[in-house]
Amino acid sequence: MSIFRLHGVHLKHRKNTARMAPERMPIPSTVVIPMSMHIGAPASLVLKAGDTVKVGQLIGESAGFVSSPVYSGVSGTVKKIDEIVAASGANIRTVIIETDGKQEILETITPPSVSNREEFLAAMRNSGIVGLGGAGFPTTVKLDADVSKIDAIVINGAECEPYITSDTRTMLDDAEYVAEGIRMLMKYLEVNTAILGIEKNKPECIAKMREALSDVEGAQVKALPSVYPQGGEKVLVYHTLGRVIREGELPLNQGVIVINCTTVATIAKYIKTGMPLVEKCITVDGTAVREPKNVIAPIGTSLRDIFEFCGGFKETPRKVIFGGPMMGWAAVDLDAPVTKQTNAVLAFGAKEAVLPRSTDCIKCGKCAASCPFSLSPCDIAAAYDAGDAERLEKLKVNICMECGCCSYVCPAKRNIVQKNKLAKTMLRNYQMSKKEGSK
Amino acid sequence: MDNTLLVSPSPHIRSSNSSRRIMLDVIIALCPALVASVVIFGFRALVLTALCVAVCILSEWVFQKLCKREVTVGDFSAVVTGMLLAFNLPSTTPLWQAAFGSVVAIVVVKQLFGGIGKNFANPAITARIVMLLSFSGTMSKFDAVNDAVSGATPLSIMNAGGEMPSLLDMFLGRHGGSLGETCALALLIGGVYLIAKGVITWHTPVVYLGTVALFALSLGENPLYHLLSGGLILGAIFMATDYSTTPSTTWGKVIFGVGCGLITVVIRVFGSYPEGVSFAILLMNILTPYINKWTRRKPFGAIKAPKKAKEGKTV
Repeated sequence: MSIFRLHGVHLKHRKNTARMAPERMPIPSTVVIPMSMHIGAPASLVLKAGDTVKVGQLIGESAGFVSSPVYSGVSGTVKKIDEIVAASGANIRTVIIETDGKQEILETITPPSVSNREEFLAAMRNSGIVGLGGAGFPTTVKLDADVSKIDAIVINGAECEPYITSDTRTMLDDAEYVAEGIRMLMKYLEVNTAILGIEKNKPECIAKMREALSDVEGAQVKALPSVYPQGGEKVLVYHTLGRVIREGELPLNQGVIVINCTTVATIAKYIKTGMPLVEKCITVDGTAVREPKNVIAPIGTSLRDIFEFCGGFKETPRKVIFGGPMMGWAAVDLDAPVTKQTNAVLAFGAKEAVLPRSTDCIKCGKCAASCPFSLSPCDIAAAYDAGDAERLEKLKVNICMECGCCSYVCPAKRNIVQKNKLAKTMLRNYQMSKKEGSK
Repeated sequence: MDNTLLVSPSPHIRSSNSSRRIMLDVIIALCPALVASVVIFGFRALVLTALCVAVCILSEWVFQKLCKREVTVGDFSAVVTGMLLAFNLPSTTPLWQAAFGSVVAIVVVKQLFGGIGKNFANPAITARIVMLLSFSGTMSKFDAVNDAVSGATPLSIMNAGGEMPSLLDMFLGRHGGSLGETCALALLIGGVYLIAKGVITWHTPVVYLGTVALFALSLGENPLYHLLSGGLILGAIFMATDYSTTPSTTWGKVIFGVGCGLITVVIRVFGSYPEGVSFAILLMNILTPYINKWTRRKPFGAIKAPKKAKEGKTV
């Protein structure tokens, strides 16, 4: 087990919606479904304008090994094939579907028959499931690993970001699915150890999951300190198994598969029903939202429709975030759709949205002291400003997971993690040019 | 309405801490010592402190205006410098000398190096040393201003011989010395406040004081008198913990404390100056960038880069 705890920051949890069971929102009149809601190649479109769709129908098929199919969560007619600018800044192809409100389910939806590893992986490939913690890495790719190299599964129930409670609700409302999913993973990946890590600020989840996992041999719940970022992959693996995922490694290199608890529950649901991933439980919160709640919405629902379902705004929203406040993306407008990875949408008024003014660094060292990975942000910033990529290499800026602890604690309100991101790019370019030069 | 959405990189929340808040906490922590200095040395203590603070703020403002830089007196760091400098002066210091010292601290030691966070030497301490060397007479003359307080400082009594004040008087500050350094009790209250507020960590003060006590003991000196004498507690809590001029890593703070402790005792016991705290901290200030580099934490899971021998050979 880990001797030393990795550092981090104590955040106000603001899990205001933890006790609110998700409400299913009415089907919106239109949905906008992006073809890229995962890491990897965008799905390739199989529909055209004018086509009718049903719930569970394929819209875009997986376009490569690292890719994921996209399905419709509504029934209706394809109005238009369009393009939007995602929060990441990339142009993404979308399908706009006008719903008919009938929610007719595709006749061919049947539970997949799964009895061995190959069938399980094939089912995963068709499920459209991606990492639902926010990363969006296609689950089938993650699970298609050499079983002889894996000896443990770590399930992420940390949910360390403030506000978000969608994983909390999964563990409380779908504990059996989480347990069933863990059982399947252990069976088909031939693993005897599974640890579900949950932050101590969710005692009811810990109790519920301990009970649900009591008859799953080899599976256990581990209570984690409520220190952000417990849910960071490397942090979680270190605090649950005591293993260090080194620079440039994946959890797989240390014999571990890390998977989000909602992803696990969704896997079990898919195997049981055959309905692919077409809707999400999303935490809607933030100071500008009138009635914060957990909402089940079809993927592709616009932010506007979701906030409207939550009573609209108390005050004019000035900043809207996909995900948590520490690592989430700021939305450009309210027409943006929620995607497979969206676990929360937060809206803030002017007071919270205003950006603090950066002042001179006072060398307090709080950034370095809060860094889970013991990086030295001050030195990294100096090296970046000097254009010294070689020093960035020594300072290991590439390890930075961009959790934002440094920016959060900075008393001078400097945008430290932003500079780390720039420094990472500078280092990557330098290393690439060095590689080319040595050829 | 949509166009009014603000887009910025994460994180979207920040802690409520700020540079100004930190400086305010230091000022609050210095207040018990300020009260003690007025009680011990009289109203003139307040006059000197107010003057140093005013001149520090003014010289920062004037310098930044003249250089067309952003005026940053609002961060209150000049107030801290002014208070600390005043606390390092005898209560009888002529006002013009105190004003001169304040200008040196802010303009020469701080602003000429780029201002807050960029100076390598502690402004108050360096200014005090400049004054000590420039005005040796007034800077080492501690007049009895109250009936209760004799002129000689414990350290000079220790060096020259004579009767030391009682330990209780030492602890409460009823003895000769600079304005803010004599009342150990008041300084310790400030120190506990700073540690509780997370402004400083315990490492530097505890290691500094511990090193002085142990080293003094090993030289056959009375460690308690060494701890309570001179500017040690003031320096250990408020000046050896200055952010920009001392190490930011935990082990760096430990090394810094040990180094300060050793130099302080060496100067006190073997040197010609009765007090060595200022010199000790200034000397360690110079080492700070190196200490920071030596004690940098190893990044989590970092793999050491292979040696660059290959590249060298091919050239």
